[in-house]
Amino acid sequence: MAEKQVQPVPFRGGGFTARKLGLVGPLVFVAIVALWEIGCRTGVIPPLVLPAPSEVYAALARLVETGLIWDHLGASLQRLVVGWSLGTVLGVAVGLSIGLFSLARAGLAPIVAAIFPVPKIALLPLFVIWFGIGEGSKVATILFGTFFPTVVATYGGVDNVDRTLIRMGQSFGLSWFSIVRKIILPGALPAILPGFRISAAIAIVLLVAAEMIGAEYGIGAYILLAGSLMATDELIAGVAILSAIGLVVNWLIGRAERALLAWRR
Amino acid sequence: MDLKIRDVGHAYGPLTVLDGIGFEVPAGRIVCIVGPSGCGKSTLLRMIGGLERPDSGEILQVGAPPAASLNPLTFIFQDFALLPWRSVEGNIRLVLEDHRLGAAETERIVAGVLARTNLTEFRKAWPRQLSGGMRQRVAIARALAVSPAVMLMDEPLSALDAQTRELLMADLVALWERERFSAVYVTHNLAEAVRLGHRVIVLSRRPGRIREIVDIDMPLGERTGRMAELEAHQSRLWALIRDEAEAAEKELVGG
Ligand SMILES: Nc1ncnc2c1ncn2[C@@H]1O[C@H](COP(=O)(O)OP(=O)(O)OP(=O)(O)O)[C@@H](O)[C@H]1O
Ligand SMILES: [Mg+2]
Repeated sequence: MAEKQVQPVPFRGGGFTARKLGLVGPLVFVAIVALWEIGCRTGVIPPLVLPAPSEVYAALARLVETGLIWDHLGASLQRLVVGWSLGTVLGVAVGLSIGLFSLARAGLAPIVAAIFPVPKIALLPLFVIWFGIGEGSKVATILFGTFFPTVVATYGGVDNVDRTLIRMGQSFGLSWFSIVRKIILPGALPAILPGFRISAAIAIVLLVAAEMIGAEYGIGAYILLAGSLMATDELIAGVAILSAIGLVVNWLIGRAERALLAWRR
Repeated sequence: MDLKIRDVGHAYGPLTVLDGIGFEVPAGRIVCIVGPSGCGKSTLLRMIGGLERPDSGEILQVGAPPAASLNPLTFIFQDFALLPWRSVEGNIRLVLEDHRLGAAETERIVAGVLARTNLTEFRKAWPRQLSGGMRQRVAIARALAVSPAVMLMDEPLSALDAQTRELLMADLVALWERERFSAVYVTHNLAEAVRLGHRVIVLSRRPGRIREIVDIDMPLGERTGRMAELEAHQSRLWALIRDEAEAAEKELVGG
């Protein structure tokens, strides 16, 4: 009889899992910036189309030197924090009541669904009329923009809380308030926190739009001015600041998620 | 405190689930309810625990529950129903917090039930870190914390593997020997019913009616040593529900 063939079982279980490659992201970023700089120095990219990264850096440095960056950042962050916080608090409250009370659901859920997809930028002129050209309309725009996604995330989260846990709470005679605070809210949190990520991104978009109308200070105003003067280096510098704000916000929410959802590992 | 179930009937819309159910749960006894899948066992248990209202009939408490009982009718669920965001200790504290017992008294109860269920060293663990058997132990500790008069258990061992089930059954027997609680124990596992039940109530397939009530007089503590006699009880129960179970199996879900 012939010799039996011996070979290892072929491995075919690879792929389809995310591996952590921490250095790749920064490397790609550095590579793109380097290529961009080389392109500008060699004249492949004309200065009018795109300023060199070094020029953008110089624009940023000027901002810091004159101290103007603090005026712009201060104004923007204040609007962002006030608008986003108010929108989030109201959004969680309304989302909770939609999740908890049939009457609120029947009355409010359709309205939320109808207004959610409207770009709030379209309502900006209306807000200017209602709340004035000053801080009011800007904060209101951000508030409105963050309110709706938060409502939707919150009541979606409440709907997804395990019913047997609520039953359990009732079977041990917990008060209504205890069930909401100790079972429903923590159970909805894994859905609410990702909602914060989305609402924060929306808030930054709306911030810039709102600051393009009648603002003296603010990143949006700075970008608008740079654009109208064709100062592309300053324009890109402003965009870089916005993206840095976005990164910091994302990082903060990530921290909050890790602290509040530690039980999920 | 005894429980008296009187002529309970219930329907979900056009679907009659329970019909003319009546029996008693004497204090200090374990009453097992067996019956084919979908015959309304869980529904009946929810009604006994006051989580749902029967369409007809009534469920009565005879005599006052012991004064020390914080929650006379206490459930133990098949899927444990532990809050994943609370530690073992936190899950037990959850059911005490609303009673405002004071820090010292709460701590005494928590430490006590953890010791009685051999969970003391797992006090700070998260539920996800525990095996299924340990999670059900936590749920039992949580139930003991409110000193129930009657434990209502809906297939408490069904989510566990055979070995763990055997261990937990022995735990439950030991616990009953010490505490002499009353219980209504729903299961579709006849071996569990004859090991734990002083009385076994056999339901027919939907609409659930009482087929037969079987009393098993053997003391719980002796049962592991007298398996042959239990086998006889078990075969008798099986003979009772075999045909029903087969017919129920072939029914389309949702009518
Ligand atoms: N809330 C409800 N609304 C409508 N129908 C229900 C509801 N709860 C249960 N039913 C139906 O009532 C019947 C009995 O359900 P129940 O869960 O009490 O059965 P069971 O004996 O516990 O079954 P199992 O052995 O599968 O656990 C089933 O047909 C089920 O589909
Ligand atoms: Mg059931």
